[in-house]
Amino acid sequence: MPTTFTKIAAVTVGAGGAASIDFTSIPSTYTDLCMKVSLRNATSFRNVTINFNNSSANFTLRFLRGDGTNTFSGTYTDFGFNSFGYAPLDGTDTTNTFNNAELYIPNYASANFKSSNLDLVTENNGSTAQAYMQAGLWSQTTAINRLTIAPFSGNFVQYSTATLYGIKNS
Amino acid sequence: MPSTYEPIATTTLSSTASIITFSSIPSTYTDLFLVVACLDNGGGRTRLRLNGDSATNYSRTNLVGNGSGSASYSGTNEAQFDLSVAAGTSSTNPTAQMISINNYANTTTNKTILSRYNLASGAVEMMTGLYRSTSAITSVSYFTQGTMQVGTTATLYGIKAA
Repeated sequence: MPTTFTKIAAVTVGAGGAASIDFTSIPSTYTDLCMKVSLRNATSFRNVTINFNNSSANFTLRFLRGDGTNTFSGTYTDFGFNSFGYAPLDGTDTTNTFNNAELYIPNYASANFKSSNLDLVTENNGSTAQAYMQAGLWSQTTAINRLTIAPFSGNFVQYSTATLYGIKNS
Repeated sequence: MPSTYEPIATTTLSSTASIITFSSIPSTYTDLFLVVACLDNGGGRTRLRLNGDSATNYSRTNLVGNGSGSASYSGTNEAQFDLSVAAGTSSTNPTAQMISINNYANTTTNKTILSRYNLASGAVEMMTGLYRSTSAITSVSYFTQGTMQVGTTATLYGIKAA
């Protein structure tokens, strides 16, 4: 049996931070994509965003989150950006704490629209922690060849990481 | 490094179908992981059955967000797992579904599963399920309340602990 869960690329943010993590030239030779991340935002907002193929258009994102007090479900079409959940905020949330998230995209190179699964958690030893699930749809029939995540504003802090894996079904 | 994540079988529907079954699953892995992207014309629930067993040996708890509210549902003594209860399927927007069946080959304990269901035009769901059987899982059947359409894909992976 072949090895089918293969690292495509990995990023660790260096000193000074990074405004985005960008996986480009993703080959179409796999069946599914899986991205595992550990992120912390530098300034202003906890929100993280995602785009495919350098485009923010044609996304529908429906989520369910719990913050320890309430649950909330919504659709990110209503919010004007493509959510990739949340990350702890530097200078505000517990020091040296990052989120933990996994994005799975079946059939990312197919001619169908692209659906996705996001599971994400943050913990803060206090309020504003999040358990977060999100259904994604990218209503495009072109293959995904680029995947970009970024804070809603500012940078990811040093030691944020993201690894993109390709998975083959044969 | 040994290969620990391997495809066991995969299906892409070239014609409509009511069920996808992976049978003769070897007991040589530790866990199973099923990935499904379902296109369907029915709008009903997506479901899973193990070992072809349609007796009332299944129970489940679902956690659901439909974009405007959240809820939890449960079912006991059912004839299958209901992976999604609040939203159905679409003929144009595939679901993204991941189902983990851990320790599937043991013959001592009942089997539990963890399922995630995503349809951005419908709902996001998580389901935990119990299959009250100590038999090893040798077949997995995925089906819907409608008819699955051309282009539906399903792949079963085996994961080895060593």
